[in-house]
Amino acid sequence: MRRRDLLAGLGAGALARATGPVRAAGPARAAGPARAGGASVYRRGNGADPETLDPHKTSTVAEATILLDLYEGLTAYDGGGDLVPGVAEGWTTSADGLTWTFTLRPDGRWSNGDPVVADDVLFGFRRMLDPATGAKYASVLAPIRHAEAVNRGAMPPEAVGVAAPDPRTVVIALEQPTPYFLELMTHQASTPVHRPSLARHGDAFSRPGNLVSNGAYVLRDFSPNDRITALRNPHYRAADAVSIAQVEYIPTPDLAAAVRRYAAGEIDSLDDLPADQVRSLRSRFGDQVVLNPALGVLALMVNVRKAPLDDARVRRALSLALDREFLAEVVWGETMLPAYSFTPAGLDNALPPPEMPGRDRSPLEREDEAVALLREAGYGPGGRALAVEVRYNTTDNNRNTMVAVADMWRPLNVTTSFVNTDAKTHFAYLRDGGPFDLARMSWIADYADPQNFLFLVESQNDGFNSGRYASPAYDALMREAARETDLPRRAGILHRAERLFLDDLPWIPLLHYRHKHLVSPRLRGFRPNLRGVSPTRWLSLAP
Amino acid sequence: MSARDLDDGASLALRVRRRLLGDRLAGASLAVLLGVALACLVGPLLTGHPYDRIYYDYPRTPPSLALYPRPGTVEPALARLAFRMRVRAEDVAVGPDAVRLTLAADGPVDARVLTYFARSDLFGAARVLARSGDGTRLTVEAPLRRTRFLAGTDGLGRDLLTRTLAGGRVSLALGLMATAVALGIGVAYGAAAGYLGGRADAVMMRLVDILYALPFVFFVIMLVVFFGRSVGLIFLAVGAVEWLDMARIVRAEAMAIRRQDYVRAAEALGLTTAAILRRHVVPNTLGPVVAFAALLVPRVILLESFLSFLGLGVQEPMTSWGVLIADGARSIETSPWMLLVPACALVATLMALTLLGEGLADALDPRGPR
Amino acid sequence: MLRRLAQGVPTLLVVVTLSFFLVRLAPGGPFDLERPLAPAAMENLRRVYGLDQPLLVQFGRYLAALARGDLGPSFSVRDLSVAELLARGLPVSATLGALALGLALALGVSLGGLAAWRRGSALDHAVTALGTLGLTVPGFVVAPLLQIAFGLTLRWLPVGGWEDGAPRNLVLPVATLALPQVAVIARLTRAGLVEAAGRPHLRTLRSLGLAPRTLALHALRGAALPVVAYLGPAAAGLLTGSVVVETVFGLPGVGRYFVDGALNRDYTLVMGTVVLIGVFVLVFNLLTDLAYALVDPRVRDQG
Repeated sequence: MRRRDLLAGLGAGALARATGPVRAAGPARAAGPARAGGASVYRRGNGADPETLDPHKTSTVAEATILLDLYEGLTAYDGGGDLVPGVAEGWTTSADGLTWTFTLRPDGRWSNGDPVVADDVLFGFRRMLDPATGAKYASVLAPIRHAEAVNRGAMPPEAVGVAAPDPRTVVIALEQPTPYFLELMTHQASTPVHRPSLARHGDAFSRPGNLVSNGAYVLRDFSPNDRITALRNPHYRAADAVSIAQVEYIPTPDLAAAVRRYAAGEIDSLDDLPADQVRSLRSRFGDQVVLNPALGVLALMVNVRKAPLDDARVRRALSLALDREFLAEVVWGETMLPAYSFTPAGLDNALPPPEMPGRDRSPLEREDEAVALLREAGYGPGGRALAVEVRYNTTDNNRNTMVAVADMWRPLNVTTSFVNTDAKTHFAYLRDGGPFDLARMSWIADYADPQNFLFLVESQNDGFNSGRYASPAYDALMREAARETDLPRRAGILHRAERLFLDDLPWIPLLHYRHKHLVSPRLRGFRPNLRGVSPTRWLSLAP
Repeated sequence: MSARDLDDGASLALRVRRRLLGDRLAGASLAVLLGVALACLVGPLLTGHPYDRIYYDYPRTPPSLALYPRPGTVEPALARLAFRMRVRAEDVAVGPDAVRLTLAADGPVDARVLTYFARSDLFGAARVLARSGDGTRLTVEAPLRRTRFLAGTDGLGRDLLTRTLAGGRVSLALGLMATAVALGIGVAYGAAAGYLGGRADAVMMRLVDILYALPFVFFVIMLVVFFGRSVGLIFLAVGAVEWLDMARIVRAEAMAIRRQDYVRAAEALGLTTAAILRRHVVPNTLGPVVAFAALLVPRVILLESFLSFLGLGVQEPMTSWGVLIADGARSIETSPWMLLVPACALVATLMALTLLGEGLADALDPRGPR
Repeated sequence: MLRRLAQGVPTLLVVVTLSFFLVRLAPGGPFDLERPLAPAAMENLRRVYGLDQPLLVQFGRYLAALARGDLGPSFSVRDLSVAELLARGLPVSATLGALALGLALALGVSLGGLAAWRRGSALDHAVTALGTLGLTVPGFVVAPLLQIAFGLTLRWLPVGGWEDGAPRNLVLPVATLALPQVAVIARLTRAGLVEAAGRPHLRTLRSLGLAPRTLALHALRGAALPVVAYLGPAAAGLLTGSVVVETVFGLPGVGRYFVDGALNRDYTLVMGTVVLIGVFVLVFNLLTDLAYALVDPRVRDQG
């Protein structure tokens, strides 16, 4: 009897609920177009959810976007991506470039009103490098003296080369002169920590309700896969100049759906767009679509220890035969730029990057040269047949890129086979040194310096150099550049290193990334820049 | 009450055929299915486009009966071509079948650049009509290459009709084979569990429960890790997962049938368990099973697209309906035909399959009209 | 009933064990990123999460924690524990799933009944055709189409977002979820009714001259078997979320964790979803069996 009632109840309930949404459509229709959020809420499309809001555990671009709003390092970015003083109001550097002394501003405040003091900064560095923290990005702080030893566990966290002689002074000692050091201080890895809340909550200090931050915004709520809400920090030193009172960071895992939400007015800006739709987006949204160069490169990493690609002539031939303009324009809908160099143009402390041959030559000449190179290496008519395997992690654009690349190699009589896997398998395979011919790789730089690209193929770079490129001459140039304090001379050395890179082609550069934004006319003050940063405090919303 | 007994396989087949033939809808469905299968089998050979050929000049071309190149598109294409040849195109005259123009450059024009015409998707091999004294001007004529994309092209400029037909081969084979695997395992397992009952049933259904609770994505990733990747493996993986529902349905039917008088009678007559299962239990569960199997084929085909999306499916340059539809769904606003063409093929096929399944279910029904 | 639930515990244990080791065998780990970690950073992370321990030790620890109801910390959402992630997402998924299930049941049974009632008629074929359409068009096509139609063109409903479960945000996701279920239920109902109508006892009843109304009830009861058999697992699946619907509509349910967890090799999150699905499957199997006993006395006989 009881069972019967239970089932009947279930049935009735289901029926009642079934009519729910149908009825609900009524008032919605009456209410007209979808609108949510008040005029002062900025709904910011933000790629993915953060893994964490603990600045010392983060690693992704989406996290950086939020943390640039919540926190402030010794230095910070302005709305155009340029460096400005942050927690520090000024700094000096020693003649050898190895000691930096920062003076903190007197009015720095945490979101609970506590002053930001030098010990907060010092403690942040120590926590970042402490092996117990498990920081993914500890390597960003590698230029600081003893940072690597501390992170390895060879030295205690107190040994790191940072000191706080008084509450307003931070002194940082470096291993080597580091021209991009000030930019590292904007990184979330370098943010200060509010020690009392860390002491009280432990690792849970970064949760909503616990998090005390020193940036222009303070965390209000974190609802995974839904949104993250942040409010203007009333204690922020420049709180009066912060126009937007509330930000909601909305993850956009499905870009096509995100564009539809943007079109419906549910999201104010997107920081990524579906590449294959950019052309139609431009005709739909006009100059709301913003494309501008970024700090990244998409390349094919070559296994230089395995035949047939151990021969630099074969690598050069494959590179010459590529029609990068087609890839950039058709496959990527102009959201990429053809890459004839490894580093993108516009980096700090750099000469214009050297170029490999190709841009100015006709494809036919390039193809002739490629065929000649292959013949020299013993492939082609009368020689051996050339077959290569390309590994890539599956996404639509990767797939189309690789299919087009294989098609471009066909006139050289190169047979291309594919192995596509999910991302984890792909990168784990490369890390574990599995045999491969060519593999899709991309790199987005952390700072705008050529070193942040060129270090990828240093012979001792275990993490990235899965193609096992080992050139003593290249390594020597990189070491020389690291010691050099004269910036123009350093730029020259790095330029020579890149030229070597382009002759040897341990990676075949395909395309340089561009930032892709959709920005509502409602949002004011957006300034596209190379770094793709746009802290909310510099933005405003039209009334 | 024993009127529902079946004779033997031969007469069952006869009766099914007789009933099916009487069902016009099922007949039409069968015709559609055979038509689709035939089109997929031989179609890619007849469309005039290889399924993996990239037409660099025709990405995202909408479906049309018209011949390409269209009148207005020749000159911009020539300008692009001239840019790649590093020459200027002058005095362009587009005729109905050929185009005539002069290639000019500051230095001598290398006649080898003419290979570009043959390489392009718009023109045939060009021939030189005249050459200026200093070699800086070359007058050439190139025939227009006529192409048709009945169903348009995809994002890389590959003919969608050919790709849809070629993808159909994979999808159909996949759907049918995986369903066959699921059907075989599910019916045998479910019938055995339901008929045997008691402890055997409990143990067998526990196994089903366990498999249900395993996340499917991981199950498939595991298979790929252990056995490498091949299309055959996907059949196996999908079939090996999809038999669970089938087993439950058959078990439920079998449990009910087991208590029927005629089965008890068969037991009393000393028939072996296997014989009872085969002769009484399985045939009597066929109705719902066939109905469910007809639902399984689309499930399997759609599942395959999900797998391809995760990088565990069909490898490029081969394709499938699932892959094409997943691609098309992403370009729904920009190039709807990329969704429509493969989706129509899929829906037509699955519709026919379902109606055929319906007809089969009726025909197989031992209690159906004659 | 309690005994049946208790029987589920060993099943769950087998599932957990199997999944635990399967998960670890997959290539790649939670910290294999597009930008590889420095070896020292990788070591530190593995130590922090106990991944440097022998697998059996890790398994023992996991089971011990599980017994306390602790599903562990998530590797990919490091600020929240797996239990918190599931606790936040489940209400969302369950709301959507229950609404979709109710809608599908109501529509599916009525349509299936209509089709069986007028078997062979145009109505029957129309239901079959519509059902097939609903089943053959995948969710990742239906969802964008609904967004474009009702969100962008007509502007009746929001395109996406959860907005704390506002009814207008539920309509499109529920419709997307329900569509294929309507098709399946309608077809199963129809097949079951047709089958039941031919059963000997119904023929007997009919020959005895029972009212069509009573006959229909008897037939419906017989037809319920396959529907109920389908419904158990379908409900377990629906209530635990759908990755496609949640991704396209931007909803914070648990469905995404099944795929994201597996693809991110978020071991603990995968295990959490395994436990969740396991519990749901067990509970709904139990409910299914109970429902069986209700609709078919023959099953109850044999206990």
